Amino acid sequence: MARRKTIYVDSDILVVGGGFGGCGAAYESRYWGRDKKVVVVEKANIERSGAVAQGLYAINCYMGMQWGENTPEDYVRYQRNDLMGLVREDLGYDIGRHVDSTVHMFEEWGLPIMTDPETGRYQREGKWQIMIHGESYKPIVAEAARKAATEVYNRIMVTHLLMDKKKKNRVAGAVGFNVRTGDFYVFRSKAVIIAAGGASHIFKPHSAGEGMGRTWYAPWSSASAYALPILTGAKMTQMENRIVLTRFKDGYGPVGAYFLHLKTTTENAYGEAYEAKWRSSIEDMVGDYVNHEPTPTCLRNHAFLKEVEAGRGPIRMVTKEAFKDPHKEVIGWENFLGMTIGQAVVWAANNIDPKETNPELVMSEPYVMGSHATCSGAWASGPEDYAPDEYQWGYNRMMTVDGLFGAGDTLGGTPHKFSSGSFTEGRIAGKAANKYINDLGTDQPEVSEQEYETLKQIIYQPLETYRVGRNEITAGTVSPSYLLPLSGLQRLEKIMDEYVGGAGTRYMTNEPMLTRGLELLKMLKEDLAFLGADSLHQLQRSWELHHRVIASECVTHHTMYRKETRWPGYYYRGDHPQLDDKDWHCFTLSSYNQEADEYSMESAPVHHIVD
Amino acid sequence: MPTFVYMTSCDGCGHCVDICPSDIMHIDPVTRRAVNIEPNFCWECYSCVKACPQNAIDVRGYADFAPMGHSVRCLREEEKGTISWKLKFRDGRVKDFVSPIRTTPWGSIKAVTEYSAPSDAAFDSQELAHEPEYLKIEGGLPTYSGKFKEGVV
Ligand SMILES: Cc1cc2nc3c(=O)[nH]c(=O)nc-3n(C[C@H](O)[C@H](O)[C@H](O)COP(=O)(O)OP(=O)(O)OC[C@H]3O[C@@H](n4cnc5c(N)ncnc54)[C@H](O)[C@@H]3O)c2cc1C
Ligand code: SF4
Ligand code: SF4
Repeated sequence: MARRKTIYVDSDILVVGGGFGGCGAAYESRYWGRDKKVVVVEKANIERSGAVAQGLYAINCYMGMQWGENTPEDYVRYQRNDLMGLVREDLGYDIGRHVDSTVHMFEEWGLPIMTDPETGRYQREGKWQIMIHGESYKPIVAEAARKAATEVYNRIMVTHLLMDKKKKNRVAGAVGFNVRTGDFYVFRSKAVIIAAGGASHIFKPHSAGEGMGRTWYAPWSSASAYALPILTGAKMTQMENRIVLTRFKDGYGPVGAYFLHLKTTTENAYGEAYEAKWRSSIEDMVGDYVNHEPTPTCLRNHAFLKEVEAGRGPIRMVTKEAFKDPHKEVIGWENFLGMTIGQAVVWAANNIDPKETNPELVMSEPYVMGSHATCSGAWASGPEDYAPDEYQWGYNRMMTVDGLFGAGDTLGGTPHKFSSGSFTEGRIAGKAANKYINDLGTDQPEVSEQEYETLKQIIYQPLETYRVGRNEITAGTVSPSYLLPLSGLQRLEKIMDEYVGGAGTRYMTNEPMLTRGLELLKMLKEDLAFLGADSLHQLQRSWELHHRVIASECVTHHTMYRKETRWPGYYYRGDHPQLDDKDWHCFTLSSYNQEADEYSMESAPVHHIVD
Repeated sequence: MPTFVYMTSCDGCGHCVDICPSDIMHIDPVTRRAVNIEPNFCWECYSCVKACPQNAIDVRGYADFAPMGHSVRCLREEEKGTISWKLKFRDGRVKDFVSPIRTTPWGSIKAVTEYSAPSDAAFDSQELAHEPEYLKIEGGLPTYSGKFKEGVV
């Protein structure tokens, strides 16, 4: 095997992933730690990385406390209502009380936020959303992060975390490889903040050909945020709480501005409103939750799904009226151009002008993430000033591993953070990591050479496997001795789709299906040892696949553990079709034991701290 | 395709390679020009299109669901602080849009280290950088003071 250079990078705080959570973490880590070395490591280029690469047209989390629009308590009620009762209210309140200062920073930096000409306040899209011209949202935020960080390393894919030599449950750094040079990187750090985004391509996407990359969440959201902590044994929560989104067909263009600002509605193929007629049957499944305002996202999905199953699809967005107003027409299009350009491409290609045609909607494949209308992720300690004891074991946003923090999609239990809330959570973690380091004193973590040397062998193995196996065959992609990352990904997506509640089964699963899913995932996990990569680019794809498979296994265990259907419209347990508040008004927690290759599951109480 | 590169426009500068979040824009060793090596991992995010100084990159909607004959092009002008879009439908209809992208000069953000160092008292509090000032509210950072409840809402 080619000799690979090892490069050592020492830091006080290592931020893994330079998206919204990571940029917030870099900013705050350095604000409080002027003498500290803050390093950001990013697999792409922080200028345009992460879910906000193409921009956003709205900031979906802003209280507007300065105008008395919302309070952090209101925000917690909204999160709790939308997630059918189960959120970490301590974490949510913390986002709510800080997020406005983040947004005011963004505005000062140069983000164009629209204002309401009548009130002079930020232009509201809905109760929580404000409208922006956000094409350059990511470059602006990256500029601040770049100036804050001591060093930024682009194009390095982090593959594993490193643990302390002496203390088993303490993080000491991370390893990865440079996707351009192939160099091996050992990051030694006192604290690590994971902000590596959510997970797309866990479940099979609707389009499996050239358009498979046009998923709703970015194709580069590769589940590293979950796999990295899972492998260290960090507890994960609500991993079963995958999200399915109702979006414009094929492009997955966002609908928020249409519903909230343009005030458009949906109808079935025959021009009828349909949501209300499913209300009583939903009530039979979930009880009073369906009567809450606004109707939880998953339940609206459920009505969509039932209406289509009844043979009255496709469901359409009624845009013809609204788009007669030229101002609204501009908003409708710019909304796509600002954050999901692919939808404008789909409409231009199909001659769809929403002034003349009511465009079709679709329910997406499931995604695993922690910042939208869903809250999968790591189990984290809450704010010191009020979090219940059971939610507090150290520093704010620290996972159950010492020195390991998280932000944004990484952390579970706090939905509806979106861009501003993820950045805010990064800030919270950055400050807390400083406290953690200051308290370490002379007891500093140390990486083990043996550990990273072993990982170095493992990380580059797919290149070697390919090189040897390629000589066995004449040409083509079919080999008896290696598996290409794309083939492995498609196998994963098929397993998850067919057994764990993907779009292919109309989001349905049950214990026998999950059991079979786990068997198949186990074999896939074993086969990852045979991944073959013909280039450093495919080596990145190999490790993305590893991370996706690990996260998927965790999702499947969680789905198996929760014996109820808590979020109809996200997924269904056919063997437990009812919401069951008596036994399951709780968080699900998992922890993985790498040596035994075993998951253990437990429940944790939901403390409601807000009325 | 999603993105593709025009042979006669590309000069192989590599800006698109540098920016692509999916790591799929590469310089072809034979033509020495950029090529999308993995169209099925392209998000049509236009990061490369916006970054190309030669306007050599274009997008053709995903073949498995987008009929041909359309185009969605843009010009991002940092100095002017705008992005302009031109949409062409399959049937030839055209739509134009222009939006602002930034209200301050590029590079003008004050570095976090240029602010005076925070006090120990601030460090020990729950406040984040520039708080409570940037919250723009009276009474400082809200703190939860109620009692904890447990159980069903
Ligand atoms: C289509 C769409 C529309 C949205 N609309 C809105 C909206 O209107 N308003 C709003 O506020 N929010 C919106 N969001 C949500 C918002 O984008 C996310 O909530 C936010 O970006 C999450 O932040 P994050 O830091 O967790 O993840 P990201 O911002 O995705 O950042 C993760 C980073 O980690 C990097 N990374 C991943 N793995 C590794 C690894 N192994 N090694 C190194 N680096 C790694 C990635 O490259 C990326 O830069 C939208 C998202 C999408 C996709
Ligand atoms: S940025 Fe444009 S000119 Fe430069 S390599 Fe890419 S396509 Fe070619
Ligand atoms: S559109 Fe985005 S994902 Fe596609 S090649 Fe360009 S930068 Fe990469």
